[in-house]
Amino acid sequence: MIAALKNKETYQEYVRSLKFALYCTTHPLDGFWDLTHERRGTYAAANTILFLTLLIRVLKLRYTSFIFLTVYWEGINIFLYIASVAFPLAMFVVGNWGLTTLFDGKGRLGQVYMASCYALTPYPLVQFPLMIFSNFVTVDEAEFYMVISALSLLWAALLMIAAMGQIHEFGAGKNMLFMVASLFAMMVILFILLLFFGMIAQGVAYFISLAKEIMFRL
Amino acid sequence: MKKMIKSIGALALGAAVFATSSLSVMAAERSYTYNYDYWGDVQDSPDAYSVTNVYTASSFGLDVNFKNPQGLFAKDNMLYICDTGNNRIVQLERTGTEAFTVARIFDSIKGDTDVTALASPTDIAISEEGDIFISDNGNARIVKVDSDLNYLMQFDLPVDSNVSADSVFQPSKIVVDTAGRVYCIATSINQGLCKYEADGTFSGFVGATPVTFDFVDYVWKKLATQEQRQRMASFVPTAYDNIYMDHEGFIYACAGGQEEDDLDSGAADAIRKLNLMGNDILVENGEYPVYGDLYWGEGGGYEGPSYFTDVTVFENDIYVCLDKNRGRLFGYDDQGKTVFCFGGNGNMDGYFRQPAAIEHMGHDLFVLDSLDCSVTLFTPTEFGELVYSAIEEFDEGNYVVSGESWQKVMELDGNYDLAYIGIGRSLLRQKKFEEAMDYFELKYDADNYSKAYKQYRKEWVEDHIVVLVIVILAIFLIPMGIGKIRRVKYEIDTADIFENRMTGRPL
Repeated sequence: MIAALKNKETYQEYVRSLKFALYCTTHPLDGFWDLTHERRGTYAAANTILFLTLLIRVLKLRYTSFIFLTVYWEGINIFLYIASVAFPLAMFVVGNWGLTTLFDGKGRLGQVYMASCYALTPYPLVQFPLMIFSNFVTVDEAEFYMVISALSLLWAALLMIAAMGQIHEFGAGKNMLFMVASLFAMMVILFILLLFFGMIAQGVAYFISLAKEIMFRL
Repeated sequence: MKKMIKSIGALALGAAVFATSSLSVMAAERSYTYNYDYWGDVQDSPDAYSVTNVYTASSFGLDVNFKNPQGLFAKDNMLYICDTGNNRIVQLERTGTEAFTVARIFDSIKGDTDVTALASPTDIAISEEGDIFISDNGNARIVKVDSDLNYLMQFDLPVDSNVSADSVFQPSKIVVDTAGRVYCIATSINQGLCKYEADGTFSGFVGATPVTFDFVDYVWKKLATQEQRQRMASFVPTAYDNIYMDHEGFIYACAGGQEEDDLDSGAADAIRKLNLMGNDILVENGEYPVYGDLYWGEGGGYEGPSYFTDVTVFENDIYVCLDKNRGRLFGYDDQGKTVFCFGGNGNMDGYFRQPAAIEHMGHDLFVLDSLDCSVTLFTPTEFGELVYSAIEEFDEGNYVVSGESWQKVMELDGNYDLAYIGIGRSLLRQKKFEEAMDYFELKYDADNYSKAYKQYRKEWVEDHIVVLVIVILAIFLIPMGIGKIRRVKYEIDTADIFENRMTGRPL
């Protein structure tokens, strides 16, 4: 593993797979098919894109013009803020994989993760220049920002749908069905997690009160 | 497992710290005057007003104490108190900052009318000519008398198809405009303000509050039978609580007792500024609507939104609303931004038991408490005067002076949003765009920021036009040039004449 880091080809492969993300954004069906079937994508590139997405989402807080984004800094928890993207993404990946694997989905968990990250590409690609651009506009020109910003999210969403279809080798109808089903799967996961943590908290509270009671009596 | 226990322990510790810290926050004393910042957070503020004196009947040298006084009216240096419970009106002359002498006490009028004794007068208004209009509630009339209390005319129950002819006219609050027209709020009439012409004829209702209802109620009503429908509460406009005519002739009307949901959704207004057509022209450019306190949770035995029971308007267009619910005064500027909030319920000076009416004289404020039977005189502090002078100087076009005043305000209160925006606006007028932008950005004033930035950007482009053109040209020309050179080079390299005919390689 470490030996591979000394190899120049490792880096060439990494850069090539990262560049392939750009190809995916403009040729989603072809791109996402090749991503796994032709092994054009790498986990390193996927991680990079996810990292960039999270990084730019955080940077936006500080560097977007206050015309578009006013931040109540007292209310910001950076970890929660990052988790607000990373956690739903993780739930989607697990939920989607868990569901599609039962219904002839060809994608493996890792591949679903990789494709999902690749589908996020438009976000850093558009939002970063947009963040800089936001500092050069007035409220009259705010519409440009709003529209482009919305388009980048729409673009990412469409890529996500296309990616899942290609990874699992689903047709359009079945793909859409499973995208919606994935959302329900996410909700089920969330529900079970809440239940689980609620139970744990209650259980812990019981033992804490027990310990308090004993200490009180001693 | 050990790690898990550790993290749980940390969580418990965190919860304990959180619990105690929130307790200490609860215990913190808030200042008497406060303000809402951009985020709606309560910011302590220096006092804008301080209590100069609290007057009761005995402090004016009256034998009979006030009883449920309802109305207050100020004109020039005269203050009129409608002592409703004692059926009399007390006219006071202000002879010094806090010195008052009783000019006149009257409980009846003179002249050609059947009923001369006043019965429960609730309000009084005085026209430009000096004629006195009294809302003589107990006698079901508004009576107009001259300055010597000689009867001139009276205004009776509106003659209108919406008003039952055998109902009792109960005028509560009145205002008179420069043309002698009378606008009145009458109990049980909710079509708006009753408007009378100068000759006494009723000429219609103006400024009815829009009827608000929620969709679910509407659907139920559509489905209900006739009998059920009659038993349901009908959708009626909220009646006004009080009116005030400002120096420009606009009527400020307050309708307290609005539903929380309606205030939240903007369906209902606590304060309306009515023009001659009866349309609401109140400017609400603030971050939050003009409805007093932003937080309506239960505290100190009071809950629900602020209940505006009266309003008064200064010559600088700042208006002060009186909240009956929590006994507070809310000042708003002409843009609907909060200038100050202060007061409370209680027995101390500067606190109220049941505030009923508010009036102003210059920058001084009078608040009438109908339960405490007292009048509280507030005078502006240094801070308050600075705010007023900054606003007034700006309106007069003295932008530099205004900016200096705001600067002093900011030194007294660094959490005062209006000061930053005021300095910014002053700088904007002085064409110091870049500095103005800094101030607007600090307080998130996007509109003013954009105004300043637009000018700044224009100036910058004009100053750097040569550089900009060169850069843009360079962006286009350099790649084109490189392409051209490459093409020429390629043609030279591949040209036949330079090739060795024998080997096919370049020389």
